[in-house]
Amino acid sequence: MTSTAPRTLATGGTPQPADRAPAPTSPRTAKAVRGKPMDAGPLSYLVLVVVTLVSVFPLYYTIVMASHTNAEMAARTPPLLPNGSLFSNIDKALELAPLNKGLINSLIVASCVTLGTVTFCTLAGFAFAKLRFRGRNLLLGLCIGTMMVPTQMGIIPLYMLMAKFGFANHLQAVILPTLVTAFGVFFLRQYIASAVPDELIEAGYVDGAGTFRIFRSIVVPAARPAMSVLAMLTFLTAWNDFFWPLIALSSQNPTVQVSFQSLATGYAPEQSIIMAGTLYGTVPALVVFALLGRQIVGGIMQGAVKG
Amino acid sequence: MPAPSQTSTAPAATAPTGRRPARRRSVRPGSRAGYAYIAPFFAVFAAFSIYPWLDTAWVSLHSVRLTTYDQQTWVGFGNYRNLFSNSFFWNALRNTVSIGIISTVPQLCLALGVAHLLNYRLRGRTFFRVAMLMPYATSLAAATVIFLELFDADLGIVNWALHLLHLPQPDWQGSKWPSQVAISAIVTWRWTGYNALIYLAGMQAIDSGLYEAAAIDGASRWQQFRYVTLPGLRPTILFTIVVSTIGAAQLFGEPLLYHNGIPNGGTDGQYQTLGLLMYQQGWTNDRLGLAAATAWTMFAIIVLAVLTNLLLARRHERRSGVPVAPLVAPAALEGTR
Repeated sequence: MTSTAPRTLATGGTPQPADRAPAPTSPRTAKAVRGKPMDAGPLSYLVLVVVTLVSVFPLYYTIVMASHTNAEMAARTPPLLPNGSLFSNIDKALELAPLNKGLINSLIVASCVTLGTVTFCTLAGFAFAKLRFRGRNLLLGLCIGTMMVPTQMGIIPLYMLMAKFGFANHLQAVILPTLVTAFGVFFLRQYIASAVPDELIEAGYVDGAGTFRIFRSIVVPAARPAMSVLAMLTFLTAWNDFFWPLIALSSQNPTVQVSFQSLATGYAPEQSIIMAGTLYGTVPALVVFALLGRQIVGGIMQGAVKG
Repeated sequence: MPAPSQTSTAPAATAPTGRRPARRRSVRPGSRAGYAYIAPFFAVFAAFSIYPWLDTAWVSLHSVRLTTYDQQTWVGFGNYRNLFSNSFFWNALRNTVSIGIISTVPQLCLALGVAHLLNYRLRGRTFFRVAMLMPYATSLAAATVIFLELFDADLGIVNWALHLLHLPQPDWQGSKWPSQVAISAIVTWRWTGYNALIYLAGMQAIDSGLYEAAAIDGASRWQQFRYVTLPGLRPTILFTIVVSTIGAAQLFGEPLLYHNGIPNGGTDGQYQTLGLLMYQQGWTNDRLGLAAATAWTMFAIIVLAVLTNLLLARRHERRSGVPVAPLVAPAALEGTR
């Protein structure tokens, strides 16, 4: 992969003289050649600023809409700056939909799912990366293949299963099925395979450590960066999950995402109140994101290369 | 933990080769240990994923109702025949494909361009990266509710801006193509920054020596992008296409909330998707067998689409000589659920 790109260029470009001396022809060209991370020009900044504005504007405008009364929003020229009605609108939204309950439920669900996913996926990722057993590659391949399966494929029997257990409308119904992800196993397998040298594990066995001791004292400390990446991404996904919680939970005991729906389908859907409720339910996630944004960005990029 | 060589039969055959391999094997954990570590994962996975998938296949061959789930009447492939002769299905399939194209093609092109810019030496690069990921942190439920107001035909700010520019102001809910564009805008808004970061990571993994070599050969910035960046990114691009295809095929929440939670995909089904149709068949019309048939059809369509992508990539690879790495970069945390 790496060797072909210059070949393509070389065939079409100028033939390379054999006498290309190690001494640079001139300082200027040498600098142009060396400076691979090229400086961004003003046009690049302009484009990036526009993209950033588009990314942030809907969230900003949510604040604008949430802080006006409905009558003000209906004006011929819609307002572009926030106003003072935010808290009264939030109060009305809280009467309309159980947002606080939704926030607490979401916190419980996302925490449990994150804990379970990281634990189970680290265990399995370790086995797939470092332990030999029959059918290992087959099972891993099966695991990866299931990422193609749509959510829709499982929900009917799951719904029935949860009803049978008596879990319908309870948080267990949402937590249990999302406790593991194929992605998590694969992600940790890739990380552990490259981050933990085989020699270290062999040395552990020579010293008489059992497999679980090796897992606890060698693998887990080494895999901690990948585990925290998986934790952040899992939490975010579980927090934002909509389809299965919508089916499994009632509107009296919702996650915050499900409570948005009862907000929008309420008796008198008033734009400002809907927006105030949406803002109220979204702000916690955005605050956490603002605090951890740098790490989440790093995690996503790391996840992309590690594979 | 006991050494595995005592229990397994395989080592016996290779044992005579000498002491060293045998000893090496004795420090390696064996088959039993491996199964113990994957057991918790596969137990949960089997109970709450694999079993439901198979049971859905079984249900799809029966006539089943929500309230009387245990009374299943065998209908063979009746549900599938019913589905394929149903105009709602073909409408949903067409919409899924068209929304899928409008939402992923511009999104991935845009993400590629943004990643290219982010790859320059940049002031405030962390700020740009985090700001562009804000939509990803916004849930699809919140994003859809917000965009519904932005695209409101009478009061929305989008039509107000179009009015200022003396442009036509479409009915973003009622008309077919505007509503599909609006839903695609939600998807594009949420996922562009995420995909840009994936591309950026791929770009940073490209050997900088290649750029230097290209620059020595006199390649312009555009030529460097075309002949160094794009070939180097090919596996990443293939990966994002596959993941976006899988996500687009099961689009559900956006079209549901875009019509205030009514699962008909607009008054005329103008943005009804397969994922939403399945929900409507099961939970509104109480026809679980038909819904299950739709779910399995969706899976078949996804497999077909992914195989087509891989096949096209392989063909391209054979013609251009650039190998496509095996599909091993799933950074997408099935985020489309």
